[in-house]
Amino acid sequence: MKLAERLLDGDRRACARLISMVENNDKEAIEIIKELYKHTGNAHVIGITGPPGGGKSTLTDKLAKALRKENKKVGIIAVDPTSPFTGGSILGDRVRMSDLALDSGVFIRSMGTRGHLGGLSKATQGAVKVLDIFGCDYIFIETVGVGQSEVDIVKTADTVVLIMVPGLGDDIQAIKAGTMEIGDIFAVNKSDLFGAPKTATEIKMMLDMNPNMERKPPVLQVIATKNEGMDNLVDEIKKHMSYMQEANKLQKRRESNAKTEIIKLAEEEIISLILRKNETMGLLDDIAKGVAMREIDPYSARDKILDSIKDITI
Amino acid sequence: MDRPIRVLVAKPGLDGHDRGAKVIARALRDAGMEVIYTGLRQTPEQIVSAAIQEDVDVVAMSILSGAHNHLFPKVVELMKEEGADDVLIIGGGVIPDDDIPGLKEAGVAELFTPGTPTTDVIDFIKTNLKR
Ligand SMILES: Nc1nc2c(ncn2[C@@H]2O[C@H](COP(=O)(O)OP(=O)(O)O)[C@@H](O)[C@H]2O)c(=O)[nH]1
Ligand SMILES: [Mg+2]
Repeated sequence: MKLAERLLDGDRRACARLISMVENNDKEAIEIIKELYKHTGNAHVIGITGPPGGGKSTLTDKLAKALRKENKKVGIIAVDPTSPFTGGSILGDRVRMSDLALDSGVFIRSMGTRGHLGGLSKATQGAVKVLDIFGCDYIFIETVGVGQSEVDIVKTADTVVLIMVPGLGDDIQAIKAGTMEIGDIFAVNKSDLFGAPKTATEIKMMLDMNPNMERKPPVLQVIATKNEGMDNLVDEIKKHMSYMQEANKLQKRRESNAKTEIIKLAEEEIISLILRKNETMGLLDDIAKGVAMREIDPYSARDKILDSIKDITI
Repeated sequence: MDRPIRVLVAKPGLDGHDRGAKVIARALRDAGMEVIYTGLRQTPEQIVSAAIQEDVDVVAMSILSGAHNHLFPKVVELMKEEGADDVLIIGGGVIPDDDIPGLKEAGVAELFTPGTPTTDVIDFIKTNLKR
């Protein structure tokens, strides 16, 4: 059977292989996704983000188990940073999800950030599509909530759960700068530790300061290790989806995500066309020389370069 | 190859030490590989299921408890059942010399005993990848 059919059939090895191919920017994988794209859009995609060590993996494990009780098929993409020096990484999120390994209704995939540059979100979005076709009802994307690329990734989710931990104090201010606004649900994890109610109150106050909010994100206190508050969190995740659907927000969010995705893909294609053309014709090198020698300005140079790739078919 | 080699580092068996596994995980990472670390006390079934989902090129296992003669071949067998016989399987830990030929016979590509320089493991992986 072909890879595409096997994936549709729920074959785990086909799913795994296709995710690798997507990650490696393989042409055949892209053709397969093109063919099967009409089978996507059924999964509820949930971004789980927050500080390192905040309990994201532990919590994802528990959420997956709660959804398994309803017999839902669950996919998990766990992203960990790659060392910029060696290109290697240790992806350790599975350690917290050990007993999900034997559940055939759960598919977990670890991903390094690699040298993907902007391509990381392309790789994760590709993996989401594969898991969607594979038949997952829920797909979790776990990322550390720090860099811009991580924020970009979770933005592609339908629902973003922001994990906080007690005692962040001033750190909340720092998080607020980039991340607060992407949270649809706030979960103060490790609420067995001192200071959880205070952290929850601080988050609520911060959310109250934003007058443009159409929907006030709920702030929950949970203890992932003890499986406390998980049913509540699952409820809120589902409620958020219903809200999005009823208010026609799901379509809007997916449209806006699609826009970002299309622009990114186009941008990448244009750059790669320019570089490929340069390899054979050396136009970019020549023009850059000209710009450096002030024979031509960079704006006209751009026009020339764009003109040179106009007729190349992708 | 312009993609990193993916390695599942697993610690089957009941002993509670994963220092050896962590040392090898770090060495492989420093050699530019993508290491998926699965933690302690993994059953062969868990290891194989993770290896399939992660689409790894290599499964590296470390055992101190003496159960290697059972656990290593079991992983090889389950991988074959899954049709994943293009994955390189290697083992490490306290393994008596006498056991090594039998384990290789069973399909474990190579066995590394304590004191093996990590560079040997890295070289072995790089030269023996099956795909
Ligand atoms: N006290 C406490 N510790 C937790 C809780 N949730 C997770 N942890 C611990 O926090 C550490 C990091 O958890 P992990 O899930 O790996 O965090 P991640 O880096 O955000 O994925 C582990 O030692 C967990 O056992 C919790 O609710 N309470
Ligand atoms: Mg984690």
